[in-house]
Amino acid sequence: MNNYTISGSPHVHSTENTRKIMYRVILALVPALLVAIYYFGWYALRLTLVTVATCMLTEWLIQKYLIKGPLTINDGSAILTGLLLAFNVPANLPIWMAIVGSVFAIGVGKMAFGGLGKNPFNPALVGRVFMLVSFPTAMTTWPQVAPIFKAGFFTDAVTGPTPLGLLKESGATSLDHMQFVDMVLGNRGGAFGEVCAIALLIGAIYLIARKVIDIATPLSILLTVFVFTGIFYLVDPTQYIAPWYHLVYGGLILGAFFMATDMVTSPMTVRGKILFGVGIGLITVVIRLWGAYPEGVSFAILIMNAFTPLINKAFKPQVFGVVKPSKK
Amino acid sequence: MNPIKTFHKGGVHPEENKFSADQPIQDFPMPKQIIVPLGQCLGAPAECIVNKGDRVLTGQLIGTAKGFISANVHSPATGTVAKVDVVMDHTGYYKPAVFIDREENDEWAPGIIVTDELLTDIKLDSKAIIDKVKECGIVGMGGATFPTHVKLMVPEGKKAEYVIINAAECEPYLTCDYRLLLEKTQEFLIGVKILMKAVNTDKGIIGIETNKIKAIELLDKTINEHRDLYAGIEVQPLKTKYPQGGEKQIIKAITGREVPSGKLPIETGCVVVNVASTYAVYEAVQKNKPLIDRIVTVTGKSVKKPSNFRCRFGVPADLLIEAAGGLPEDITDVINGGPMMGKSVSVTSFPTMKGTSGILLMTLREAQDRRQTNCIRCGRCAKACPMGLQPFLLHKVAKLNDFDETEKNHIMDCIECGSCEFTCPANIPLLDYIRYGKAKTGAIIKARSQK
Repeated sequence: MNNYTISGSPHVHSTENTRKIMYRVILALVPALLVAIYYFGWYALRLTLVTVATCMLTEWLIQKYLIKGPLTINDGSAILTGLLLAFNVPANLPIWMAIVGSVFAIGVGKMAFGGLGKNPFNPALVGRVFMLVSFPTAMTTWPQVAPIFKAGFFTDAVTGPTPLGLLKESGATSLDHMQFVDMVLGNRGGAFGEVCAIALLIGAIYLIARKVIDIATPLSILLTVFVFTGIFYLVDPTQYIAPWYHLVYGGLILGAFFMATDMVTSPMTVRGKILFGVGIGLITVVIRLWGAYPEGVSFAILIMNAFTPLINKAFKPQVFGVVKPSKK
Repeated sequence: MNPIKTFHKGGVHPEENKFSADQPIQDFPMPKQIIVPLGQCLGAPAECIVNKGDRVLTGQLIGTAKGFISANVHSPATGTVAKVDVVMDHTGYYKPAVFIDREENDEWAPGIIVTDELLTDIKLDSKAIIDKVKECGIVGMGGATFPTHVKLMVPEGKKAEYVIINAAECEPYLTCDYRLLLEKTQEFLIGVKILMKAVNTDKGIIGIETNKIKAIELLDKTINEHRDLYAGIEVQPLKTKYPQGGEKQIIKAITGREVPSGKLPIETGCVVVNVASTYAVYEAVQKNKPLIDRIVTVTGKSVKKPSNFRCRFGVPADLLIEAAGGLPEDITDVINGGPMMGKSVSVTSFPTMKGTSGILLMTLREAQDRRQTNCIRCGRCAKACPMGLQPFLLHKVAKLNDFDETEKNHIMDCIECGSCEFTCPANIPLLDYIRYGKAKTGAIIKARSQK
């Protein structure tokens, strides 16, 4: 007589798993990576390889020798952190700084809390902000784009200010020479992963179509930024730039679609996601318009990450058959 | 065809795998000995009223219902009681059962009409119908096996507006209800009329998923051809989505009403009955035939001949598996019922009974335990939950034995459909812990209410 496996229902399972989700996000970042290599050449590639390798190695060493638990290095989350970290820094960042940032992102941002799923903050952003406050000069010296066909693969980059940096220093008129089309295509200075809005959006559409991310978060962030900056533009167009420039400048698209949507650190319900997104949008604009830094998306996401547990508590799904007690 | 309806909160779409959909129902030959469990329904098992050596007729009462939620058990064959002993049923526990050594030919108990003739005239009144349903031991044959007569007794002050026939058959693989709809269409429709008469309503709605389009068309056609006979019966196509056949979900989909938390479906004016039970009601009321057989789907990805058998109760499952082409070598899990809510069994010798809608043989590849990883708080379980619960949270607090929190977070509303676990990318056994939490929380609530 044969004995069969006894287990609780359900006995079938969808083919989804964490690894697939992570690799889909990585795949979605590939177009932006290719554009970055086109604009920044060898520096972009080198930087990406360094951050990804450092993140993976750090996670492996900590799991193997410190936690002595199961190794989950092939789940793709460390690759993703490395990739996002590289996307958020200038392409010509000294290698040792990138290594320090990666170790901090994984070591402190993720593993210190217990690994994947336990971290309250987005690890890549933790690494990025750590680098920003530790190496302020290197982290804000942005290479200008130099397409590899014109400048060559190994050419040293010329540095210059980003659009938002210019804006902070010299006001709205300093951006008059910049074309919206260049902004969207990525023909501008900036962290290498954030320059090309089109490439990022292609990846984002793929993620939304595969239901990896929910459109609620990015949409509410973008709308909030658009409306908020739009009000100021209408009040005084000479001092403030048009809202559509705010959408494509800086890391807003990268942050909205790829970092604010990180499942671990964002709310679960749609209503929670909308509140989360509105919060990120507001904080971003406040930092951009009045803060000391030209860019605020990273800080905004990290600040809202801290509110995620509270938002999750406040916005629970509506239970079937339970009528909300009406307020009298 | 009416416009397609569905429930909107949560739900998943597992692979349908209805391999046996085109296999006609075959009468399953009876073995020499059959083993009839006395506990075939939700609630108390029946009390045995025969002794060793007694000769029993086909359809003769051998166990009487004990208590309010319980159902009679009848002999599925003619023969001699070999012993009254215990048998391991699909739950894996030894339960009391009557062992009957069968004679070659059926001798039916008096009063049972065994011809195939369609009897359309409903002679009994409401009360007599319910008594007949009770007498014949009819239970919900979708798997929950709740006694049907209890459902039909509308409590004082409530009114049944609709009889809803649950023909969703949203479980993957299973096709027993679908075949019955195709092959016993008229009998089934008379059954619906009987149920409508029993609860005094003139509205009967058959809810059926659109992956059974042939059945929808046939039912529509039959109703149109016999307008006088089937007045008031409507066919409502439903989107193919699990758990469309959940009692609360099908009511919501069809009427838009929500059964209040902790209350019974009658609060919404609905009485929901399964297809096989409806057919059993027809046989009981029109032919006086007690519930002694049902359609059982034997299926699986590597099964040679996925089949639908009309099988008397008490036939060991391994004989049905044999008839479906034998047990394939790569089988690691045997499920009594469908893959989403069925129970896995350790041996294949369990007897078929009123709730055995299917015997599903699963391969290692399909049913393997996947490696569990950390929860990444993706919220997919909450999105999939048709009851609007937060499975990740219930899992966590149940694991911590915090039964105040489980209760506060509505663990008792869980219908155990398994959508959360099905969808979890980290392969966390959510439902196992929720079931545990539910059992504990339920016991605490019960103890409190008795004080």
